[in-house]
Amino acid sequence: MDYGLDKKTTSLKTFNTIFIIVWLLIACFPFIWTFWGSFKVRADFFSRSDWWYAISAFNTLIETGGKFTTNAYSQAWTEGEFWKASKNTVIVTVFVVSISLFLGTLGAYALSRSTRNYAFWLLILALIFRAMPHITLVSGYLFPFFELQIWGILPTTIVVLVAINQPFTLWLLYSFFKTVPRELDESALIDGCSYFQTFRHIIMPVMWPGVITAGLFSLMLAYNDFTVTALLLNQENHTMVPKIQSYLGTNQHEGNLMWAVSSVVSATAPLFILVMFFQRQIISGLTAGAIKG
Amino acid sequence: MPNKTFFWFFLPTGLAMILFIGLPIISTGIQSFYAQHDQIVKEVKKCDPFGCTVSIVVDNEETSKIREAKPLGKFNGFGTYTDRNHLAVEEIKKFWNETESFGAFIDQVTNLPFYKALIFTLTYCLFVTPNVLLLGFIIALSLNAVARKIRGPLIFGTILPMIVTPLVGSLVLFWMIDSQGIIGANIQNLMNDPYLSLKSSKTLTWITIIIYGIWHHSPFAFVVFYAALQTVPQEPVEAAIIDGASRFQRIKHIVLPHIYPVVTFVALISLMDNFRVFEPIIGFSAEGSAQSLSWLIYDNLVNEEVILFGSAAATSIMTIVGIAILLAPVLIRTWKEFRIAR
Repeated sequence: MDYGLDKKTTSLKTFNTIFIIVWLLIACFPFIWTFWGSFKVRADFFSRSDWWYAISAFNTLIETGGKFTTNAYSQAWTEGEFWKASKNTVIVTVFVVSISLFLGTLGAYALSRSTRNYAFWLLILALIFRAMPHITLVSGYLFPFFELQIWGILPTTIVVLVAINQPFTLWLLYSFFKTVPRELDESALIDGCSYFQTFRHIIMPVMWPGVITAGLFSLMLAYNDFTVTALLLNQENHTMVPKIQSYLGTNQHEGNLMWAVSSVVSATAPLFILVMFFQRQIISGLTAGAIKG
Repeated sequence: MPNKTFFWFFLPTGLAMILFIGLPIISTGIQSFYAQHDQIVKEVKKCDPFGCTVSIVVDNEETSKIREAKPLGKFNGFGTYTDRNHLAVEEIKKFWNETESFGAFIDQVTNLPFYKALIFTLTYCLFVTPNVLLLGFIIALSLNAVARKIRGPLIFGTILPMIVTPLVGSLVLFWMIDSQGIIGANIQNLMNDPYLSLKSSKTLTWITIIIYGIWHHSPFAFVVFYAALQTVPQEPVEAAIIDGASRFQRIKHIVLPHIYPVVTFVALISLMDNFRVFEPIIGFSAEGSAQSLSWLIYDNLVNEEVILFGSAAATSIMTIVGIAILLAPVLIRTWKEFRIAR
């Protein structure tokens, strides 16, 4: 609210600044701290005697001779086979994003251009599906997947993630398609385009902002998923998040907890960089459903 | 758009949703009526010079044979729903007859696994959702008041807790709050109690998970409210200033009514998300003192010996019923609006 009439008192401004600084500290400090700590040894980051060791790097100096060490990273990526997990994550993410965008744009375009009642009910049904906790769906998958012997492999997980992602993608893209004027379609149809040609050559070229936003959300879902990947993939095919959890399970082993710390940093860093570049799209996506719908 | 064209456009996504969301719900429903087979036992007669003894051992061969023949398990009807791990009908009757006071009865009932999880899930929803709305709104107001130039980085910092997966988010906090972490160790020093830790107290664990929930979900509320604030018209606000309305009055009477539909949207979404709380329990290793409905299902599915499909399915169905109850008011309202609009 930066307009002339609204005069803010100095105390209000100070209070506001302090509040924002405190909130940003709460929001960001845990990540900064974990990033800092991932370059220490376990005895420092999880110090039994003195938490200040995490800053002064007392044990790291003794154990490695330097104030910072990348041991946790190199061990997790090689011995801990985190490279395999990240490879699986890349495969899953790429396929989930491309397939769900392909299915989602087709479906959402149809929903936005249909004037029938069933389009409305399909959207409501999608909302109900969106509300289903993923773990309840997983409990439905496990048994049939065991019987069909398609449990544990990446393609199954990709298809499942695409399906789970569809309701949200549909809603998001639906609200974006609604902003494209219908006259555009009509003129193309009059000129003799088929519906699919209209969709492909007229509507999609102006839809890129919406597609990028929907793609980002599919990416975040596939990249971040724990419930589905942990239960539907076997050890060999685990993606990053279940892998991090598996490091926790064996934390009596000296190195493993630090593996988890360094893997958390390795897994979060690409996401943060991505969000830094696409912040505008993410915010527009989250608000699209709320403001326009 | 003609029906036929609509059908072909919608077919791929519709098929994906039916096959992998619709059918699994049905499959869960069917599984919930079955229970895993009992182990088949046989009597083994063992004779030695001092006489014969009869012992009962598990017949592994027969057991695996029947498991292979009927992989779904034996039909159990509503048995799984009413057993001790779910609705516990028998136990509740017993408690009702045996306990002296109502308080003692409630005490007993809330110790049953399903009710314990239900109460945690509801408590979590009840505390997290309103606080998320409140904190998100305050952050949005206060970021809206800073200079435009520096808003970008501030927004980036604010949405960080939301974009990481709940497991990572809760781990990152847990490593700080744990008795060996920076915050936990300092609280121990401050309270002068070297045994004070997250795991030692149920209340502390619950509070931590709830705080985590608020931390994780507030950015979402912030983003939506922030965008909504940009659409608030300036003229009524200016008129209110001229009329001498205080800042609080302006927010209460002009801003809030304008963004009211958005508030319902955020409340609905975060209620849906909070009801499925599960990953933070693993991240905080809080299984001992806090269990949610989703965690119960997970626990059944990762069971070491036999996966308890029936038990997991029964809890799933009851979770879905819970979601339906949460969503019902919204759906009924939408339906009424839809009927009027026609």
